[in-house]
Amino acid sequence: MSLHHLDYLDELESESIHIFREVAGQFEKPALLFSGGKDSIVLVHLALKAFRPGKFPFPLVHIDTGHNFPEALEFRDLLVQRIDEKLVVRKVEDTIRERKLTEQKGKFASRNQLQTYTLLDTIEEFGFDACIGGARRDEEKARAKERIFSVRDEFGQWDPKRQRPELWSTYNGKINKGENVRVFPISNWTELDIWNYIRREKIDLPSIYFAHEREVVEYEGQFVAVSEFIRIDDTDIISRRKVRYRTVGDMTCTAAVASEADTIDGIISEIIATKTSERGETRIDDKVSEAAMEDRKKNGYF
Amino acid sequence: MDILRFITAGSVDDGKSTLIGRLLFDSKSIMVDQLEAIERQTKNREDGEIDLALLTDGLRAEREQGITIDVAYKYFSTPKRKFIIADAPGHIQYTRNMVTGASNSDLIIILIDARNGVVEQTRRHSIIASLLNMPQVVVAVNKMDLVDYSQDVYNNIVIEYAELARALNLNDVSYIPISALKGDNIVDKSSALSWYEGESLLHLLENVKVEKAINLDKARFPVQYVIRPQTGELHDYRGYAGKITSGIFRKGDAVTVLPSGLHSVIKEIEIDGGRLTDEAFAPQSVVLHLEDDIDISRGDVIVPLSDVPETTSELEVLLCWMDSKPLVAGNKYLLQVNSTRVRSVIKDIEFRLDVNSLERHPAPEKVGLNDIIKAVIKTSQPVVHDTYKALRASGGAILIDETSNVTVGACMIQ
Ligand SMILES: Nc1nc2c(ncn2[C@@H]2O[C@H](COP(=O)(O)OP(=O)(O)OP(=O)(O)O)[C@@H](O)[C@H]2O)c(=O)[nH]1
Ligand SMILES: [Mg+2]
Repeated sequence: MSLHHLDYLDELESESIHIFREVAGQFEKPALLFSGGKDSIVLVHLALKAFRPGKFPFPLVHIDTGHNFPEALEFRDLLVQRIDEKLVVRKVEDTIRERKLTEQKGKFASRNQLQTYTLLDTIEEFGFDACIGGARRDEEKARAKERIFSVRDEFGQWDPKRQRPELWSTYNGKINKGENVRVFPISNWTELDIWNYIRREKIDLPSIYFAHEREVVEYEGQFVAVSEFIRIDDTDIISRRKVRYRTVGDMTCTAAVASEADTIDGIISEIIATKTSERGETRIDDKVSEAAMEDRKKNGYF
Repeated sequence: MDILRFITAGSVDDGKSTLIGRLLFDSKSIMVDQLEAIERQTKNREDGEIDLALLTDGLRAEREQGITIDVAYKYFSTPKRKFIIADAPGHIQYTRNMVTGASNSDLIIILIDARNGVVEQTRRHSIIASLLNMPQVVVAVNKMDLVDYSQDVYNNIVIEYAELARALNLNDVSYIPISALKGDNIVDKSSALSWYEGESLLHLLENVKVEKAINLDKARFPVQYVIRPQTGELHDYRGYAGKITSGIFRKGDAVTVLPSGLHSVIKEIEIDGGRLTDEAFAPQSVVLHLEDDIDISRGDVIVPLSDVPETTSELEVLLCWMDSKPLVAGNKYLLQVNSTRVRSVIKDIEFRLDVNSLERHPAPEKVGLNDIIKAVIKTSQPVVHDTYKALRASGGAILIDETSNVTVGACMIQ
């Protein structure tokens, strides 16, 4: 191979930076949806590469369900302080109160569905025309189908049967009033690519990604952290285990995996060896129906 | 490690999705939970095989109808390569989705059902492969299990396709007999096809020399965004952010900025959010600084003084129409090449290509969904471009309908 050859991580990185700059060039009011998980942290890292020494041409927006891991929130605030960018937080709790929404009930009552309302309200409040998200196509079969510039109608809905053609790396961000585009710069990265990149770039992560001891309840083979957000029943067996998180979402719908890996190298070895997919191992909310993600996206979800 | 981006194409039900499922399955790239999910879903098939197509057919409508509607992207890697696969739909109605997937691929696998041979969609997808200047074509003759693994059947299809390939100027074509359903010749060579002397499909994909669409000779840099912090010590900082779409740029290079035609010299190249480098090459994303303070904005293209592309307001294009509304000569559309967007009008339609006979029908009255035509487009301002054949990264344009904002056409500039 010649000297002028890019390694796969460099190729992916460049593709993502290009997408970020297309957003900056094509939209009036973009936003970066920051969830606090590793994928959004990588997004921020890529945005730094795309725009420094300038400021980001968008704020970070966190749709706060109120069910976060405290470590993730703490990390978020430190990150924002370190990079000195704007953070907008909108709370699902406020939407529930103002719109008189009904909360889910049950053992792992989750606000995963309700956050769509807060997201859509926030988009409207600021007039965001593009929302950058950290979804990857390898995560889930409906995501595998989505364009990099994914147009949503005024209700935020994705229509998988009417996606625009998307050619080469020429992105069409033209939209009608009220519509917005969801942009996914790391569409073509896999979970392993993300971890390898985190290792290469020495990107900091919240501590819960590394093996630590924690009180968990075992539920259908998954370990769920004991917290004020889930209901503990008499029959539940609480144990202390060494676990880490493979994804970080809400405490109500993210399960931990048993692990001894307290370094990036250890995590990467475990990810290479695992027989279970990222979502399969860590998400409690995807089991409901085969098309859970597609349905949520159709309703305006990320 | 490098990346190979490839697409599977071919007619409806020729087995594209099954093939990808099989590749993932046999290369052990499927996770247990994903496998359990498709096992649960597999309808009671007579042959008792699990339906591997369900791995990529991820939409509800696709599962209900048993067809692919839009491209699915799948990823796997072997110690040799990372693969990005686009699984295209075979239905003519969804051809534009196939074009979407093909436009970013370096290799196309065209599946042919051994029982049917070359059919209309095989031809259509091959034409698209040729239009898009796909460097490599692999013809996989599938469902060999249904023709008793017959060498004669296979040979006849090879002869039939070779003729089409010649007509379409597809030069680099390999052939391989497979059964996606049974797994013959996918990861390992099959004993049922012992007469076949070539390699297995995965072996081929791992070892094929990737004729990347990246060109390192002709340097082109479309400006996406101007970084101007305008604060304190960075008061005079002005960086042109973009991706080098082809070629190599070096510090000190004499450059021209198009379309203005102003000259300058590269003062600095920044990569990685601030690191200075002496040279950068495609497809790196970088920030360029020039010696002179000239007016440059998004849509401008920086090129070497010694190798300046065409800048004209009339483009001859081969055009793939992708909208359900017909194309009307005289209508106005936005034309976008990389980050340049201008108004344009379709002036003349020279001919429409007949997909079956490959004949050119001059001056067609109607141009509808999936038609391929040659046309002349007039633009409101001069557009910097190369021919698609010479430089894929600056010879492709999209057309956008200004009333619906939808992408309606893919143009290969001639
Ligand atoms: N006997 C046999 N059947 C096959 C083979 N490959 C695919 N099939 C069957 O052919 C049918 C269609 O397969 P798909 O993989 O869905 O076809 P496709 O090309 O993806 O179809 P579209 O995406 O809708 O164009 C399914 O029932 C497969 O099980 C094969 O090698 N042998
Ligand atoms: Mg299919």
